[in-house]
Amino acid sequence: KSITTIIAVEFNGGVVLGSDSRVSAGETVVNRVMNKLSLLHDKIYCALSGSAADAQTIAEMVNYQLDVHSIEIGEDPQVRSAATLVKNISYKYKEELSAHLIVAGWDRRGGGQVFVTLNGLLSRQPFAVGGSGSSYVYGFVDAEYQKGMSKEDCQQFVVNTISLAMSRDGSSGGVAYLVTIDEKGAEEKCILGNELPTFYDQ
Amino acid sequence: MAAATATRFCQQLSSVSDMSPDWTTKEVSTGTTIMAVEYEGGVVIGADSRTTTGAYIANRVTDKLTPIHDRIFCCRSGSAADTQAIADIVTYQLGFHSIELDEAPLVQTAANLFKASCYRYREELMAGIIVAGWDKRRGGQVYTVPVGGMLVRQPVSVGGSGSTYIYGFMDSNYKPNMTKEQCLHLVSGALSLAMERDGSSGGVIRLAAISESGVERQVILGNQLPKWSTA
Repeated sequence: KSITTIIAVEFNGGVVLGSDSRVSAGETVVNRVMNKLSLLHDKIYCALSGSAADAQTIAEMVNYQLDVHSIEIGEDPQVRSAATLVKNISYKYKEELSAHLIVAGWDRRGGGQVFVTLNGLLSRQPFAVGGSGSSYVYGFVDAEYQKGMSKEDCQQFVVNTISLAMSRDGSSGGVAYLVTIDEKGAEEKCILGNELPTFYDQ
Repeated sequence: MAAATATRFCQQLSSVSDMSPDWTTKEVSTGTTIMAVEYEGGVVIGADSRTTTGAYIANRVTDKLTPIHDRIFCCRSGSAADTQAIADIVTYQLGFHSIELDEAPLVQTAANLFKASCYRYREELMAGIIVAGWDKRRGGQVYTVPVGGMLVRQPVSVGGSGSTYIYGFMDSNYKPNMTKEQCLHLVSGALSLAMERDGSSGGVIRLAAISESGVERQVILGNQLPKWSTA
């Protein structure tokens, strides 16, 4: 499993992505404020987990390929196209790479969509979690996710999940980054450590 | 995210011989989810019911909640043989001690007996045990003795392979001073979530509530498990 906690959730009209901000090399934290939510296009973002180098490189390559593609078709690309480009790289180089990207965004045809590209598969899901911290919150997201949540509910759900994972996983920490994408565009937010929700701590 | 560490094994067509299935060679394990919660006046404990040898489910209705004394139970996870052996030894030791004392033993005593065995033989054993019960001095108590032989008292504790998936759920849903019904609800909800995600946990949920008045046991069958709205 890879180090990090990332999550993406669909709501009616868009998506919310969230991540922690810790980058470690062994036991040392080399960057405590890294933004793991990377832009692929105006209304398509991806969440990075696993090897930092691999994930960033995949995101940059797909960013370039999407730019070319969107000029060719003359309009904004579909989220499915971005996810397919990520999947193609992940699958072709699956033996050499060790990164998992969750692709999420908004397009005119399908609204808000979340795609999982783990190990080179491509699957659309209402929500997805990834990274080492995700193991600790599978139970929480299974219990708390409801279909048809509003934008504010989704944002709260994502922030709660990231906080819980950060408090249990040694490889996740720092601040929480949030990106909300809808028809109007993408809105980035950073929630500092002391503003994160707290839960029962023994 | 870490600098990539690559551990590559040579490509093989299959890792075990196709002639004999893997459960003939794998050890019996209670890859498991176990949980215990204290409440005012007692404890609630719960476990799944799956025992596996490799990918084969050797027992789908295992009882992992083992009585050690009248009001003290232990929840077993890890190697089935190791945990059964340790539980038998501690049952004997505690029974003897209780006759010497001429009164009911303390939960802390039982927990320390588990710790003594698990720590002394930590290299040979693979056992994660949660000891829970009620005694006159301190009421309901939960002690956890994970792999390695540490001992710590906690108001709520989870263990076993399925426990990783419910840490987040437990952190967000546990509040101090819950009632017995709330604890039963929390434990059965958490166990069903873990059983859903962990391949080594499953079957039915076995629950027990231990208090001054005795032990109440309960079984929740597969079709009666709490449901969650996931895709």
